[in-house]
Amino acid sequence: MAIQRTALYEAHVAAGARIVEFAGYEMPVQYQGVMEEHRRVREHVGLFDVSHMGEIEIRGPRALDAVQHLVTNDAAAIKDTQAMYAGLLYASGGFVDDLIVYRYGPERFFICVNASNKDKDFAWMKEQVSRAFKTGAEVIDRSDEFAQIAVQGPKAETLISRLANRPVDKQAIPTYWFKDGVVAGRPAIIARTGYTGEDGFELYLAPRDARPVWDALLDQGRDLEVGPIGLGARDTLRLEMKFALYGNDIDQDHTPVEAGLSWIVAFGKSGFIGKPVLDQQKQSGVQRKLVGFEMIDRGIPRHSYPIVDAAGKPIGVVTSGTQGPSVNQAIAMGYVPADQTKIGTEHRCEVRGKPLRMRIVKTPFYKKS
Amino acid sequence: MTIPNDLRYTEEHEWARVEAKVATIGITHHAQEALGDIVFVDLPEVGRQIKKGEAIGAVESVKAVSDLFSPLSGKVSAVNGDLTNTPDAVNKDPYGAGWMVKIELAVPAEADQLLSPDAYRALLAKEAK
Repeated sequence: MAIQRTALYEAHVAAGARIVEFAGYEMPVQYQGVMEEHRRVREHVGLFDVSHMGEIEIRGPRALDAVQHLVTNDAAAIKDTQAMYAGLLYASGGFVDDLIVYRYGPERFFICVNASNKDKDFAWMKEQVSRAFKTGAEVIDRSDEFAQIAVQGPKAETLISRLANRPVDKQAIPTYWFKDGVVAGRPAIIARTGYTGEDGFELYLAPRDARPVWDALLDQGRDLEVGPIGLGARDTLRLEMKFALYGNDIDQDHTPVEAGLSWIVAFGKSGFIGKPVLDQQKQSGVQRKLVGFEMIDRGIPRHSYPIVDAAGKPIGVVTSGTQGPSVNQAIAMGYVPADQTKIGTEHRCEVRGKPLRMRIVKTPFYKKS
Repeated sequence: MTIPNDLRYTEEHEWARVEAKVATIGITHHAQEALGDIVFVDLPEVGRQIKKGEAIGAVESVKAVSDLFSPLSGKVSAVNGDLTNTPDAVNKDPYGAGWMVKIELAVPAEADQLLSPDAYRALLAKEAK
């Protein structure tokens, strides 16, 4: 399939972005530089083009039952216009994807999925829903109907409030809630969700409205020091928060219990795909766990670098690592044996053949002072 | 000037300033730009014997790791300790404050095999296609 471009591609090129291929799309990895963009989001406000992500709706009289069957978290425990982070699992307990479920009501759910998994997720959901519910729940792929702009940073609310047709303060739209609205004259789902650890919003819009809204945000946010942010900084921001990235930290071979994501598992639900395995893991424990590390020796641990014991034998693996711009430290996430996961435990990561010391730390790595 | 005329170059986008029997090496403007913000530089130990073409360290950006290859054979006589705290000196001044390693040359004639500024320019032009 030919490589795709989002509705904002020309804007990125005009802004001097370095373009790379990601999940079948030409995307901006950086503009001025990852460090500068990362800091802009932590201190001011940044715009992310996340139009490549997927949007799937589940509708019908049995939509709630269908969502409950598919995902780990409890869609009956959130209210209308509230959202939740959840896992979509195989029967083995491993991840099909991680996603955000936005509940319009018991008969309509809007789900945002990873760009790299959208076709897989849609096929999986359709298949599983039609197997479990002959009628009453429809799964619809609406990815082509939406572009998406994330507006993240301490000044995000100020910026959006200048352009929105309704209040967007935390009384009006609390964290992990959403409202239909109008931004810069264009209809948008205004969701207070994000992947950076800062306050912020994700705007779901029609592709034809993406460029006008992007330009309006850049224009109205000048005094707030707004700027476009690439995928490079998106990764350093989420890593500092220990947010999982599908393909790095979670995948079909790892369960939420292993990944430290039991908090998005509603063990009290009567059932969902993968639940029996998670129940078993909750009871008997798991062999390995995803933890956060800070380096002691100088070096940067990266995805797939082995974690080794004193004899040099591999006992685990780094799943994500970088130099964290805000914490000014080399940080990583990785799996190690579950009985060696206490905070402060020292491990060794092999970097270019040399074992470098690192220690397990509390996460998130970044905390606002 | 992104390709100074008093330096020699390699196909791995490194530069060498050769003064009698000592060479100072680093990475070129093109290399630092391609890497992006440099956050970590891994340099060899002073005193180490190195061979032309050998991987002697690494230059890391936020997203990527790039091996550093020695363009010349000899003994490491000095490394730039400032890069521990200010690795971004490589981005800001790749031919000056961003220097990486000094080598006491074992085979000074190897310097003649390095690319001239014009040859490096031609290489960049070819790679740009």
